[in-house]
This record gives sequence, structure tokens and C-alpha cells, in this order.
Amino acid sequence: MALTLHGTVSDNTVALDRKTATPLIINGDMAIAQRGTSETGITGSTYHTVDRFTTFMSSLGTWTLSQSTDVPTGQGFSNSLKWDCTTADASPSASDYLIHQIRMEGQHLQVLKKGTSNAESFTFSFWVKSNKTGTYNVEMLDKDNPRMITKQYTIDSANTWEKKVLSFAGDTTGALDNDNANSLEINMWLGSGSNFSSGTTQTSWATTTNANRAVGNVNLADSTANEWLITGVQLEVGTFDVNSIPPFQFEDVGTSLARCQRYYEKTYNLDVDPGTGSNPVGRYQFYSYGLDDNQRFPIRYHTRKRAAPTIVAYSSADGTSGKASNGGGTNYTVTSDSIGESGFGLKGAGGTQDGFFVHFTFESEL
Amino acid sequence: MQIESAQYIQNYLGQNDTIKATIDGIILFIPIDTANTHYQAIQEWIAEGNTIQEAD
Repeated sequence: MALTLHGTVSDNTVALDRKTATPLIINGDMAIAQRGTSETGITGSTYHTVDRFTTFMSSLGTWTLSQSTDVPTGQGFSNSLKWDCTTADASPSASDYLIHQIRMEGQHLQVLKKGTSNAESFTFSFWVKSNKTGTYNVEMLDKDNPRMITKQYTIDSANTWEKKVLSFAGDTTGALDNDNANSLEINMWLGSGSNFSSGTTQTSWATTTNANRAVGNVNLADSTANEWLITGVQLEVGTFDVNSIPPFQFEDVGTSLARCQRYYEKTYNLDVDPGTGSNPVGRYQFYSYGLDDNQRFPIRYHTRKRAAPTIVAYSSADGTSGKASNGGGTNYTVTSDSIGESGFGLKGAGGTQDGFFVHFTFESEL
Repeated sequence: MQIESAQYIQNYLGQNDTIKATIDGIILFIPIDTANTHYQAIQEWIAEGNTIQEAD
């Protein structure tokens, strides 16, 4: 059988040389947003809207995060993730920080051979758009050792999609743990106080130094007119520039969703926010059970989790957490125990109910 | 993340194997597993001087 290659020689060389069968960055096209498509009033560090990307911040503005349809033209993307400042802070305190963050398991990064003499260089690429032009920092933070390296990029033109390609050297010191814990954080700085910006940009791998982490970074929180959008996030093994970087690896929705579900899963339809009331679709339904202390319903997740997840049960009637509803729409307490990577036991509060209707979220984020 | 309360839940063997916690106004069931980030937050909350209530 003949193998026919299309495109230029360099294109095919890159594609055939790709070291990973699946993208290292999950949901890099921002297509999956299980928690909802918009969330307001964000001031803290947790996951919102688009899966696998988290806020990491302290006292630096109030934000709305949303899954946006504003995308670079002609690149195949349908969504981006948008940060929108709703309360400004133009004068950060020294310890303040504002970061768009990706956390990755060490066992998924062994291909980088970090901490060996064969350590691989790698390249981080993304599309970005903001009204706030200027210098931004992207930091690779090794959580196991701890070490860091930082590269800067510039948003040159306001309100224009720009593709950024940043290459990082391999690190021959400090192996990443081969386990399910958070080994590498990709920190995209959006603002900081002087504790993180008073040093010198650390462009080579070395021990983490806070003062070197966000030198010269713009403060995206300095005006409620500010917004920052990102999509097409990819991490490739090897050194590339804007001309040689392999094309973004699109995954079908089912594949991308299943990869996200290793960390977060819900029983609601994809377009229904967790905690929504009067929503029977997809719920667990049991009828006419008398529940004593030894009776439990076995619940199984669609995707095995990274680690035993946190369970939230929501009443199907009104979305109250820690509750199920009965056939009459009355809430009653449920508990969960024996939580594992594949499932858990759900228990009622005792007594006989004429129904047992409940939704869940299962969270095992890094 | 604002942890408001925490209480152990026992499995059918009578062993503490889950923590029922109210965090940011939501009731969560958290496994006793050091790889779980909510359990890690509970450990930090305990280090600040808080305690988990015994199971009912």
C-alpha cells in the first residue's frame, strides 16, 4: 500500500514527528463548558465555565468568565474563553495576583523526560485577543521540585486575534512525578503585585523565585473596559516557531468531553447548569424505596475519575444541594459514602419515599 | 473557598470514610483521599484550628 502525503515537506515532517497521539492540553478549543457558559462575580481560585482551565487569583478585580463565540477567523474554532473585568483594581497590593491557569498530571507529561539528560524542549501556543496591549508572562511551574521558567509575549494590536508561540527549553533537573497529582502548572499571568514582579524574568529553568514570575506584566484588572480572550491552546513536544508549529489537533466532542470527565462530570444535559431545578432529564430515578441505614444505591460515573471525586447531589425539583426530591416534589436529605474512582453509594435519610429523583456532579480536579 | 462546616459520614461498616461539608453554600460529600483537592482544603481548614464533627 502506498502512503501519499499532502502539503509541503515541512508540514508532513512536523505531523509525522508529533510525539503525542492526543493533545497534551485537554479542551484547548474551549468547546466543553460543563459548569455553564457564563459566571459572574468571580474573585477567587476555582474552575468556572470552560473545562480544564481555572482562575488563580487573590484580591485583583472581579470578573465574569464566559464561553464566547468570538474566535479567530478561518482557524476552525467555534469558542474561546473570555475574561471580562467588572470591578477594577488599578493599584494591586504587593501580594495580589491574577492568573489564567492550566494544571496537568505528572503521568501525562513523562514524554517531556524532565529531570533526565534527554529532557525535551516544548512549545506552548495559543490565540489571544485583548483591548489591553502590552507584555504578558507565561510561566511553566514545576510543582514537584519546585522549579520554573518564564517566557513573555506581547499583545501588539488591541482587539485583534493574535497567535503566540512560545518555546521552552527542556529541564535536565527535577523529574515530574509519574502519578495523578498536579505536576505542572501553566500560569498565564494577567496581573500581579510587586511580590511577583520586582525581579528579573527567569528565562531558564531554575528554582522558583516569586519576584521573577510576572516581571513587566500588564494589569488587566486596571479598568472595567478590559477583557482577554483565549482559544486554540496547544502544548507540543519540541521547539517550534509560528511557521513550524503543528496545526491544532481538533478532537471530536465525545472524545474531548470524556477527557474532561476524568476531572468533572455531571448528570445534566451539557447545556444545563448544575443545580438547575425542575429538570428531570438525565436524573437518577428510583421508585418506592424504604431506606434504612444499610441500603445504598450504587452510582457509577461515565468516566473513571483521576482520584476519588467530590460528590454533590442536587434535588431534581429545585436544585437544592444535599437533597433528592420525592414524587411529590418534596426534598429530603441524602448522603454519599464509599466514594471511589469508579462510583459510590447513595443513601437516603430513612423512611419510605414514593420516589428518589436526584442529579449529581462528580469533581476530581487538580 | 469558604468552608462553613464539616462532619464525618460513616460507611456500612461504621467507619468514617466521607466528609459532608458545606462550602460556599453548597453541600458536598468529600472522600477521605489525599488526592482530592477538597480534602486537601479540609486539611488546611483543620490546620487553622477548625474541627470535623463526629458522625451522627
